[in-house]
Amino acid sequence: MLIPLLVAIALQASPAVPMAEKAVDPYVQSNANAGAVPMKDDATFKAFHGVEGIKRISAAFVDRNMADPRVKEIFKDADTVRLKRVLAEQLCYLLGGPCTYTGRDMLAVHKNQGAQATDFNAIVENLQAAMDAERVPFTAQNRLLAKLAPMERAVVERKDPQALRSLKKRMQAMLAPKE
Amino acid sequence: MSVHNGGMKNAAALITLTLLVGFARPVMAQDFRSGGKLLLTGGVSSIEGSAGGGLSTWAVIAGGETADGIGVAAHGTAVRTGDFQLTTGGIAVGIFDRVELSYARQAFDTRQVGAALGLGKGFTFDQDIVGVKVRLLGDAIYDQDRWMPQISVGLQYKSNDEPGVVRFVGAKRASDVDYYMSATKLFLSTSVLVSGTVRATRANQFGILGYGGDKSDGYKPEFEGSAAWLATKRLVIGVEGRTKPNRLSFAKEGAAYDVFAAYAFNKSLSITAAYVDLGPIAGFRGQRGTYLSLQTGF
Repeated sequence: MLIPLLVAIALQASPAVPMAEKAVDPYVQSNANAGAVPMKDDATFKAFHGVEGIKRISAAFVDRNMADPRVKEIFKDADTVRLKRVLAEQLCYLLGGPCTYTGRDMLAVHKNQGAQATDFNAIVENLQAAMDAERVPFTAQNRLLAKLAPMERAVVERKDPQALRSLKKRMQAMLAPKE
Repeated sequence: MSVHNGGMKNAAALITLTLLVGFARPVMAQDFRSGGKLLLTGGVSSIEGSAGGGLSTWAVIAGGETADGIGVAAHGTAVRTGDFQLTTGGIAVGIFDRVELSYARQAFDTRQVGAALGLGKGFTFDQDIVGVKVRLLGDAIYDQDRWMPQISVGLQYKSNDEPGVVRFVGAKRASDVDYYMSATKLFLSTSVLVSGTVRATRANQFGILGYGGDKSDGYKPEFEGSAAWLATKRLVIGVEGRTKPNRLSFAKEGAAYDVFAAYAFNKSLSITAAYVDLGPIAGFRGQRGTYLSLQTGF
């Protein structure tokens, strides 16, 4: 009885969804959804130029992904207003900043997007470019990437065996006699 | 009629199977895609052709591919020490960031020493190295929340083209197989990469002076260690050390060391420059000098 009650309270306690964002199915908010343990000191947070710097990086990162032919398909239905907000919250929280992450967990967010390892790395490159544009030092960038890298396990859904099958199909198609 | 029925049944089964295969995981069908590996995370080509540092082999798989495709890395390397020159050219293929196949050809030019040893000035030993490496466990880059490194095992078949000379100096054979296990880990939080390899080998001077010796034969474990710092996205600076057997009574053999810098111009071209100390070779002490390597691939 207690758990559903707590869930109900947590759901009620959710901040009101800003106007520009589309509604999402209810979920339990928790910093644990950010998917990693935050940094203990705020040195890296400062290297990211605080909340404002992180917001700029988050926005530039999402825009780069939307425009990147390698991964834009994955982002085509994304609510970019919400994505930029929750992403900034997540980065701020993980960097040891004074933020609360209100988004969903990584498995839920990336479910059925069909991301491959190539996509994950392309997205990492876009994040690096966004951090470069904000002039975040390389070592500080890597401290953030150390928190994000293990999320590959939640993000990448399509792995080796299927690639083998796909290659086999392609070879068969190539070798098949043309009619 | 029964044959026809059987045919119908088979056709129905085939259609059912096709539907099952085709629609079981419609979203999950993985596309074959080349490239995608992050800059320098496939290491560079080692002198034995496998992906690694310069002198040591790492657990990473060569090429620019991820788990989604196939990649290739080709290299040319020249090492010039006080008395010798080693040039290496080779190609490695990475398959789904899981299996690596490599080939390298080494030419070891004895320059003036050749004359002194009675082999003739510029006498050159050639060696072919065919390698296979398989990634078994872990991921050097993604597993930042675990201590587990990326672990690979591999073997290198080495064949020296001067069986007469290598036997004359005391080696037991002119071709052999090295077996190794390698562990590599990138610590992103400190931008440091660490790699260690244990190699079961009988090679004298990487095999340039053959395998096994008059002092001892049989496999012995040797160690390769690397530590590198990612200075920028494109630049890695590091040190390496590698122990070698000491089995020929005619000349002492010691460990090799280097200090290197690898720079990636882009995903298809990188250069590695190093200062190396290969130790004494064939009685000529302190073989120190330069190491220069160009690598291209996709």
